[in-house]
Amino acid sequence: MQKFKQLDGLVVPLDRANVDTDAIIPKQFLKSINRSGFGPNAFDEWRYLDHGEPGMDNSKRPLNKDFVLNQPRYQGAQILLARENFGCGSSREHAPWALEDFGFRVIIAPSFADIFFNNCFKNGVLPIKLDAAKVGALFKAVEANAGYKLKVDLEQQSIAAPDGTVYKFEVDAHRKHCLLNGLDDIGLTLQHVDDIKAFETKHRAAQPWLFA
Amino acid sequence: MDAQTLYDKLWNSHLVRTEPDGTALIYIDRHLVHEVTSPQAFEGLKLASRRPWRTDSMLAVPDHNVPTTKRSGGISDPIARLQVETLDANCVTFGITEFKMNDIRQGVVHVMGPEQGATLPGMTVVCGDSHTSTHGAFGALAHGIGTSEVEHVMATQCLVAKKSKAMLVQVNGTLHKGVTAKDVALAVIGKIGTAGGTGYAIEFAGSTIRALSMEGRMTLCNMAIEAGARAGMVAVDETTIAYCKGRPFAPQGAQWDKAVAYWRTLRSDEDAMFHAMVELDATKIKPQVTWGTSPEMVLAVDGRVPDPANIGDAVRRADTERALQYMGLTANTPITEINIDKVFIGSCTNGRIEDMRAAAAVAKGKKVAPNVKLAMVVPGSGLVKAQAEQEGLDRIFIDAGFEWRDPGCSMCLAMNEDRLAPGERCASTSNRNFEGRQGQGGRTHLVSPEMAAAAAIAGHFVDVSKI
Ligand code: SF4
Repeated sequence: MQKFKQLDGLVVPLDRANVDTDAIIPKQFLKSINRSGFGPNAFDEWRYLDHGEPGMDNSKRPLNKDFVLNQPRYQGAQILLARENFGCGSSREHAPWALEDFGFRVIIAPSFADIFFNNCFKNGVLPIKLDAAKVGALFKAVEANAGYKLKVDLEQQSIAAPDGTVYKFEVDAHRKHCLLNGLDDIGLTLQHVDDIKAFETKHRAAQPWLFA
Repeated sequence: MDAQTLYDKLWNSHLVRTEPDGTALIYIDRHLVHEVTSPQAFEGLKLASRRPWRTDSMLAVPDHNVPTTKRSGGISDPIARLQVETLDANCVTFGITEFKMNDIRQGVVHVMGPEQGATLPGMTVVCGDSHTSTHGAFGALAHGIGTSEVEHVMATQCLVAKKSKAMLVQVNGTLHKGVTAKDVALAVIGKIGTAGGTGYAIEFAGSTIRALSMEGRMTLCNMAIEAGARAGMVAVDETTIAYCKGRPFAPQGAQWDKAVAYWRTLRSDEDAMFHAMVELDATKIKPQVTWGTSPEMVLAVDGRVPDPANIGDAVRRADTERALQYMGLTANTPITEINIDKVFIGSCTNGRIEDMRAAAAVAKGKKVAPNVKLAMVVPGSGLVKAQAEQEGLDRIFIDAGFEWRDPGCSMCLAMNEDRLAPGERCASTSNRNFEGRQGQGGRTHLVSPEMAAAAAIAGHFVDVSKI
């Protein structure tokens, strides 16, 4: 997994609540057996005017100019500012794959759906919960200032805005450690093989029918 | 020892170790696998030269991509076919039991698992699919995981997790005729919202829940994720035990007796503490219909489409306006005056035998309305299909003008060719009414099987409790 330490990135505001993972990456792209290449189809139904299918040349498709990700001022954005319950619905990890492939490394929202939140950390994407009033203030600031950037520092658990405001955020110690060092969970868990085996022996004795 | 919730008991009995920050390793008993969220996980295993820890905990089935007609001809879409073939090949490579597309036991993973007894009380169950919450109906700890976690569980038999908070949803009273577990689920979501359960594991309890069949409890737990909860669960009782008995993967003989004795302890202690409590009066629940693009945008069938002008909060008003526009609805329209184009009866929410029976009872001797272009019934599994045919339900549907299909996810997510055209409006027994869920530009209204069948006959929504 790629590490995440700091980012000084352009922010794009996606002003709607309950953005679901079906919207982030529509189902037809889930037929892929690969882990990469989903970026051009992130938010496909909102970004393009035609119907997207796997294998299309996305550079030739008509863009929806009104959709915020297509606006010239937000090109190259690496921080996605969103509203409540971002990433709800399907557990598809293709959603963080698509966001990461598109170029996002940080998502800031008042709340996230559990599975999506979890999936982000496995892919080097940092989801940050800030309270709704602060997110509201950021929306105003982004919209008012072209080229608006934020400095995100995972080590310090802070976001620095251009006006000097610093927002602190919470992150689990374990997840922070993995993200800072680019560690993959499987390797870490396999350090505890003995614990797992000991548990398994005990569990098998108590509920042998689970091991039929 | 302190009084424990059902969730505490399930969590504690699977806890391998805990880190100082509360991050835990949880042992997984059952890992269900389907074609869409597994290929990258298998690929990861191969790249790292790892083997699955316990293949006997795994059970695989293709369901999302499979066609629901002319199945003997195979899958015509080459990309979908490759995905299903990749699952088949991975199961052979790693020695995993799979019910292939033409096996009678094939079906939507969350219908197939319980039907086989592969889901049992007291288990931890995971699947790379958010509706894994369904299996909590058995007094199991079941939740959806992402593909990285699928790989992690394959490689280590464990999941890295943090304990959620516990929420108790109490539903008491007798449901009115025509009001089902689906309506209870939608009413709960209408009450707490699609993020109301975020960070919680929900236990559904109360006399209404006790009176539900296992099918009904599965419908309810299935939709816990639509309320934001990763897991939903119901305590074990005689209904649970009777359902499990004799199923292919269930224990037998002395093992069965031992298992049952343990399973009976799987309920929250009398004075267990929950972090949140929600109460619903079942006698006040009417048949529900969603009007918008989120499951929380739901109303009783005798209601009217909301008017954004009456909503004070600016973000919610904008959401409502956008949803009305997407759904092609005018504020204040009575729900019963909304005409539909298509009907979908099926999915892991409502594709079980009881759902087939309920829909058939409404359709019997009637005809699908002329304005309905397609009304399809997609059984949740091959065994549900066979059972329904044995009971003559297929004839009832076909005579009424419904199409009787082969099992799979079908138009619940429209990954195969079953989908809505832009602007088409559908009465659907599935679980998500998100934009484009059933086809780009498609408009979904979530309802119970009874309500869907009644809408097919009338051509618009009707109150089944009144017919
Ligand atoms: S039926 Fe629908 S919700 Fe259920 S597993 Fe299939 S796609 Fe997912």
